[in-house]
Amino acid sequence: MAGMELLSDEGFRIDGRRPNELRRIQCRMGVFAQADGSAYIEHGNTKVLAAVYGPHDIQGSKGRAAVHDIAFINCQYSMATFSTGERKQRPRGDRKSQEMTHHLKQTFDGAILTHLYPHSQIDIYVEVLQSDGGNYCASVNAATLALIDAGIPMKDYVCACSASFIDETPLMDINYTEESSATPQLIVSILPKSEHLVFVEMNSRLHEDQLSRVLDIAVKGCSDIYHILDRAVKEHLMEASIPLSSDT
Amino acid sequence: MEIETDVVSNSSGSARLRLANTDILVGIKAELGEPLCDRPNEGRLEFFVDCSANATPKFEGRGGEELASEISTFLTRAYAHPHCLDLKLLCVIPRQQSWVLYIDVLLLECGGNLHDAVSIAVKAALFNTRLPNLTVTMGEKGEAELELSDDPFDCRRLDVTNVPCVVTLNKIGHYHVVDATMQEEACTLGRILMGVTEKGTISAMKKDGCGSLHPDSIYDMMQSGKKVGETLNRHLMEQLREEEKMGRKKPQMGFLR
Repeated sequence: MAGMELLSDEGFRIDGRRPNELRRIQCRMGVFAQADGSAYIEHGNTKVLAAVYGPHDIQGSKGRAAVHDIAFINCQYSMATFSTGERKQRPRGDRKSQEMTHHLKQTFDGAILTHLYPHSQIDIYVEVLQSDGGNYCASVNAATLALIDAGIPMKDYVCACSASFIDETPLMDINYTEESSATPQLIVSILPKSEHLVFVEMNSRLHEDQLSRVLDIAVKGCSDIYHILDRAVKEHLMEASIPLSSDT
Repeated sequence: MEIETDVVSNSSGSARLRLANTDILVGIKAELGEPLCDRPNEGRLEFFVDCSANATPKFEGRGGEELASEISTFLTRAYAHPHCLDLKLLCVIPRQQSWVLYIDVLLLECGGNLHDAVSIAVKAALFNTRLPNLTVTMGEKGEAELELSDDPFDCRRLDVTNVPCVVTLNKIGHYHVVDATMQEEACTLGRILMGVTEKGTISAMKKDGCGSLHPDSIYDMMQSGKKVGETLNRHLMEQLREEEKMGRKKPQMGFLR
């Protein structure tokens, strides 16, 4: 891998994509029957499962942290031990997972209409089965689909995408190899219709003149993902309504 | 019962099993490590079970640890017999390096009969495991150097013909049932878990549950368990071999179906 550049002279990335191309996204809703809502999404080689339970009564110690006129969003981010290249010792509970959990909670607190369910709790559980970069983005997209599957009202879809800046070119949707090199990364999640940013995180150094270009490509990535998710939701609803429409 | 192998790409072997409402994903990672002091010429297996919160909110945080350790301890005991899996083949340099297979089980949905489903998925994943071939060369100072083959097709498979599958027999009233659903498990007085190989040998046995069982009923349950175990192993191996023959033509479904 030593001689491989992240962006070739012809403008191709390591996996053969153009700088403004997303990875192949495939998704499915209603994967599990036991959860109130569930979804599975693949962003290239990153595979994430999300399950939603709720709204139900606040359980256990969460009662003390909850504000009682809105629903309490409880998230858990967990990675399978075989998901990364090097085996991960603990699936959850370490610093990184807790940070991700906190970010997911922050994201969905801003998107779910929590004032409709006071004194209750909505659980969002995310399980990463295979990790190849863009874990946060795939988790947010999977959780959005799972929340829609559970029928929990939200202001809008929440779509997330990452971006980077290499060789004077902004790149959309970075994978693990691009993430682990010393390039700036910008992770953004938006509410697509209003293009309001719900979550922004940037790592490494990026010149402020370039920030708007990178932000634009990330937001474009999010809108593209929104169209893919919307189409998936509509297909799922069509399949679910076929048995209903055939009844006379 | 639906089983699919090679679901997770960055592991040495993987399998996914769907048995009614029970969903299990197993990933096996092979790493080089030091062998145990009392078994210097053998590799080893390390089982780790993770109960995902996707299955039920009770498994959030450390909620599923008790169930997880119960399943992994029984699996370790069932595989402890030297005839199950030839661990000597996993040795690389005696007393210094051997293959350690980390068998990680992820419970995605719990719909009853967990022990059996987990053991079937583990057997399928072991069948799917490919270990890269190693060449051992002696370095300049007399220390051994290992070279892993770069060719993805230059690999070794494991012989899983003697690997046991766990069969759970639940006693309900005067009868015993195999492959119980969650509702059936809720009414059992007691259950017997057995690790049975294709030849019918029992590699481990455990009685679970708070009811007491008469020795005659235990004997009857053991006999049924042996028969069920032999059939289960045989059909599983046929299915796995058939899936392997399909090779590239196999549709990669994963969770998308």
